[in-house]
Amino acid sequence: MSTEARVGTFPAVDWEGGAFPYRVGHRKLGMWLFIISDSLTFSALLIGYSYLRASNVWPTPFPFYPSIVFSSVMTFCLLSSSLTMVFGVSASSKGEKAKARKWILATIIFGVAFIVLHLIEWQHLMHEGLGPFYLPEHWVQAFSENGVPPSPLFGATFFAITGLHMFHVATGAIYLLVVALRINKLNHEDVEISGLYWHFVDLVWMFVFPLIYIMSVDIGGRLAAVAH
Amino acid sequence: MSDHGAHVDEHFSGSNKLFISIWVWLLILTLLEIFLAYRPMDLFFMLTILLGLSLIKAALIMAYFMHLKFERLSLILTLIPALVVCILLLFVFFPDSFRSLGLRYQYKEAPALAPAPVEDH
Repeated sequence: MSTEARVGTFPAVDWEGGAFPYRVGHRKLGMWLFIISDSLTFSALLIGYSYLRASNVWPTPFPFYPSIVFSSVMTFCLLSSSLTMVFGVSASSKGEKAKARKWILATIIFGVAFIVLHLIEWQHLMHEGLGPFYLPEHWVQAFSENGVPPSPLFGATFFAITGLHMFHVATGAIYLLVVALRINKLNHEDVEISGLYWHFVDLVWMFVFPLIYIMSVDIGGRLAAVAH
Repeated sequence: MSDHGAHVDEHFSGSNKLFISIWVWLLILTLLEIFLAYRPMDLFFMLTILLGLSLIKAALIMAYFMHLKFERLSLILTLIPALVVCILLLFVFFPDSFRSLGLRYQYKEAPALAPAPVEDH
């Protein structure tokens, strides 16, 4: 069959293993390389955000409810989806395809819950008047320092980073749906590869959540102070 | 599970109990982050702690959920150091970022208003 099927028939000595120095199939290696390149994309975005934040007056507008409560529940959804995905991969490794399919479907449900909650959270912010290149009027009042208004790029960084992440979650949900539907035709490594992608999406959120949400908590209640 | 002894190439892929304990740890670290958000502290100090916690969480996810701990060392060494070096190189931009904050014009007083338009008739 394919080359991966023969992995392990070679002597298990590094660098004398010839064609399989990593002992993973080429598809799995490909997914790992994609994950590394995608990590750089997100790193660049997060560092771009940090660059802007350090060089501007920056608003810290997130109240406990809805922003922090929503984003915490979203974090819980993603972490739990990773756990169900691990169970799916584990079932698949034992050849229990039907069980694996159920766990993967549970993963998709958590993923969709994440997207729905995130869209509601976006809706809250847009309703307040946040756009990619402008801030709500009362944010400008609350977070101006020495007469310098806060940077309107808050919206650009927020929507770009969380939007790209949400796009990854949506893509992952579709990917997993295809895997769940075709699971009888796929071999175990293909299921494992889809799991790698899903865990990566979870991993990225572990950086987006503290840097975007936790670091933007309105600790002093400055927004409430200017509220009418 | 993979206790066949002789076969080195058969992965140990972790038990469900192990994965649940990793999940619990990830939740605890997340709750700690949310708790820290409401502690008044120096911004830079908080950033350091939050990034430290995030790195621990990322390492747990990669090592256990993504099975990297159970892969060959050669794969880990090919993927991770290059990524870390690339990300650290991006930090080269920060001195410029701190400099441009100092360049920003600070208003000493309210800016002058534009003169009222002259009316012709």
